[in-house]
Amino acid sequence: MRKLSAEVVVIGGGATGVGVARDAAMRGYSTILVERADLAQGTTGRFHGLLHSGGRYVVSDPESATECAEENAIVSRIHADAVERTGGLFVCAPGDDPGFADKFLAGASAQKVPAQEITLSEALRREPRLNPGITRAIEVQDGTVDGWRMVWGAAESAKAHGATVLTYHDVTAIQVEDGHTQAVFCHNRKTGEDVTIDCGFVVNAAGPWAGHVAAMAGCHDVEVVPGRGIMVAMNHRLVNTVINRCIYPSDGDILVPVHTVCIIGTTDHPADDPDHLEIPADEVQQMLSAGEVLIPGFRQSRAVHAWAGARPLVKDHRVSASDTRHMSRGMAILDHDARDGVKGMVTIAGGKLTTYRLMAKNTVDLVSEQLGDNRPCTTDQEPVPTATSGINYTITHRLADREAERPTGPLGQQTPNDLGHQVVCECELVSRGMLVDTIAAHPDAQFDDWRRLLRIGMGPCQGGFCALRTTGIAVERKAMDAAAATALMRLFIAHRWIGLWPILFGAQVRQTVLDSWIFSGLLDLDSVPVPAVPPAFTPPGEAAAAKTATATDKEVAR
Amino acid sequence: MSTPIAAAGLGFAGHELARASLDQCLKCTICETQCPVARVTDLYPGPKFIGPQAERFRHGQSVDHSLDYCSSCGTCTLVCPQGVQIAEMISQGRAVMKAGHMPLRDKLISQTVLMGKAMTPVAPLANAALGIKPLRVVVEATFGIHRNAPMPHAQSQSFEAWFKKHRPARTTEATRGKVVFFHGCAGNYFEVATSKYAVEVLEHLGYEVLVPSHGCCGLAQQSNGLFDGATHDVLKLCDDLRSAGKGLTIVSASGSCTGMLKHEAHEIMGVKDERLADVGSRIVDIMEFLWTLHQAGELPEFAPINLSVPYHAPCQLKGQRMGMPALDVLGLIPGLTVRESGQPCCGIAGTYGLKKEKYAVAQAVGKPVFDHMLKDNPGFGLCDTETCRWQIGKSTGLRMEHPIYLVHQALGLSPVSTAA
Repeated sequence: MRKLSAEVVVIGGGATGVGVARDAAMRGYSTILVERADLAQGTTGRFHGLLHSGGRYVVSDPESATECAEENAIVSRIHADAVERTGGLFVCAPGDDPGFADKFLAGASAQKVPAQEITLSEALRREPRLNPGITRAIEVQDGTVDGWRMVWGAAESAKAHGATVLTYHDVTAIQVEDGHTQAVFCHNRKTGEDVTIDCGFVVNAAGPWAGHVAAMAGCHDVEVVPGRGIMVAMNHRLVNTVINRCIYPSDGDILVPVHTVCIIGTTDHPADDPDHLEIPADEVQQMLSAGEVLIPGFRQSRAVHAWAGARPLVKDHRVSASDTRHMSRGMAILDHDARDGVKGMVTIAGGKLTTYRLMAKNTVDLVSEQLGDNRPCTTDQEPVPTATSGINYTITHRLADREAERPTGPLGQQTPNDLGHQVVCECELVSRGMLVDTIAAHPDAQFDDWRRLLRIGMGPCQGGFCALRTTGIAVERKAMDAAAATALMRLFIAHRWIGLWPILFGAQVRQTVLDSWIFSGLLDLDSVPVPAVPPAFTPPGEAAAAKTATATDKEVAR
Repeated sequence: MSTPIAAAGLGFAGHELARASLDQCLKCTICETQCPVARVTDLYPGPKFIGPQAERFRHGQSVDHSLDYCSSCGTCTLVCPQGVQIAEMISQGRAVMKAGHMPLRDKLISQTVLMGKAMTPVAPLANAALGIKPLRVVVEATFGIHRNAPMPHAQSQSFEAWFKKHRPARTTEATRGKVVFFHGCAGNYFEVATSKYAVEVLEHLGYEVLVPSHGCCGLAQQSNGLFDGATHDVLKLCDDLRSAGKGLTIVSASGSCTGMLKHEAHEIMGVKDERLADVGSRIVDIMEFLWTLHQAGELPEFAPINLSVPYHAPCQLKGQRMGMPALDVLGLIPGLTVRESGQPCCGIAGTYGLKKEKYAVAQAVGKPVFDHMLKDNPGFGLCDTETCRWQIGKSTGLRMEHPIYLVHQALGLSPVSTAA
């Protein structure tokens, strides 16, 4: 049993929780963040990558629109390394009411969301694949953001300000005595160690799991309805700016170029269990049809992966429980002293990734008020440690890096000792040097962590070529032994399959067959004897997958 | 944000046929195993890397200058089992890269007509000058054209000048109707003999041959990324060729120019013009034309030629996906053995091998072709395209001929070659 103590314990390592931890630490509170898996592994890592300009909400949710516009500028600055300033367009597709654009422009003006109508020829010049039948186009300041990179940056900042981040720690209980939270009990999933954290305040930022966490402190009926949305990533950027349908918020109304792919999203259906989110075939079809409206030929383009995320929507009794799309996207801060008579605990839920910093600010303002010292928030003042250069992400970075590593000389002969520039992941241009450095910097990491850190396995081949190379290098660098590496690679491939089954058509079928020939035909990977995968490596809720992880097990994949 | 490049009219380059085809890449690596450049130098990252992989990162911008080591031989596109337009994508990337800072050298060496016009009236002088080593050293230092790079041999009379005066030496009437002969700029100014053989063969077979005055197809400009000039030239050429008459077959002995008209102008530069579509569907390589006649039973018997001759099928001809018709036609000549190199490229790839920084790569690429030519030959070798003949000729010291040279002999139009 390990004993720790902190003024503030934050439960949940998504954007909101990490934002709260950073904010609290910057205000000088001793802070510990507890996350049951890796950072940003839940909703934060499962969205479309849009950094809202606010345009999406100028008509439907004016308050959110203004918040988004303000936070967009702040996040672009303090998380420069995670944000690409792509710009965005709102377009009226054929059949859409062009009059909505007038409401849009009026709303944007009222909500201080920068927006400007541009000519159709200018819109088509910027985005040649855009539907030539669009009737209006409005330019906005949408960006795209890598949720993982943003959260890691915020976590690094929190740590720099003295916070402790405990990943792979399940919260097992919250002790409440005399109507005040006293301690949070955790279990380290990697070492099996139990940890007790004495604390003065608990912030519940568990997202779709927040109701479960609140109940541990005896605060019942916190109804967070997971709003399940699916997204489909297409193999390359069909557009280089964010394309939004200029309509009232609806399914499939956005196409987001993020990293090397572009992502169409999303749907919105209430889900029972945020650990088991379906990707139904009819919703995939719905997304492809929606893409076709924006980009003629969309269906002929290659889909590489699909996934589902769960929005943590706090139940609003003004709308029907099944209508998650029209529940407030705004943040909800529940003061459990006022609500349940439990002092020293708040729940923060709802909101958007774009406004994560503001949510954290508002939450910690309340915490600080209840702790009686009203310390000011400074999170908008200081770039996170990974973004101090101030240079925003651009898609060309990696190609430029690989180019800089090219050999020279009359015929550029390479020596066998010069392996750092070898390309390990061809789709995402990850070099051997990048992987080796990452393995050294993150000794506890494994395949899915390397994927999030480097994008290994996220391109068109979905791990078909890079997984084997990564496995070899991981063993060579002594990150794991051969048996564990084989087992974990198999698990990695199985996880990739979850997002492949729903979109198996066209070129991705051929890719999948080729990958399968390599794994099953050439290597007979399914029959290689391996030890059981340690539970710590199994994402919560995917225990079943770990037991029988194989590259071709359909049941697992589903 | 859109780039100035897209605004300048290269928007096509980023967004249509070739770029969309990158979705079909499965990383199988067949293109990289067949790429003649990647096998000799690590300066070039290879077609899969620089094509469908890097294109996902380019955003219409110029990022990776190593793509310029692609020779545009087109082997990658030819061998891709998934239909990825790899070479086309790379050519487009190169055009984006060079837009705004085109080397003077690349503007000069792509002006083939200009070269021909300047050199023909002073042919002996021009040929002598190109042989003066110190002068070539100066040219290398000034323009970046390698001192040892192959140069065309100027002729004192252009093909068009010859054709105007010439009368068909026919024994029969022109019973088969009219065909248009395309000579291209090399066939007009430098490879005049090949053009003459081609016309004499066609006339012997009973065609009335028309040669409307015409210029360059723009291929050299295209492969150097000068899309505006190339587009202008190729459309001007289409107008010239169409002036000879509607629907006539156009026969070409310039294999690479034929490819420009058939597919490259459209697929690489995005030229969408009915004149190009018309000419592109009527132009045919002369060896394919003869093979089609043979298949229809309309080619006369050939006289025997008792020789074993090395041959190299050029990359830019294979890229037209018509097999190797020269091998088929020459195979009809009794006593003749033609041995194909089995190599993807001789290294010159138009103007690639002329460039100072590419010369060593081009020579390494061509080495197996040169060795093949030198191994067993009757004093000459065969190849369908002009610049390849100059490259192989310069590097081997061997006389290089178009396959029509032997057809001309086998039809009794010139004395039959014998082993040297």
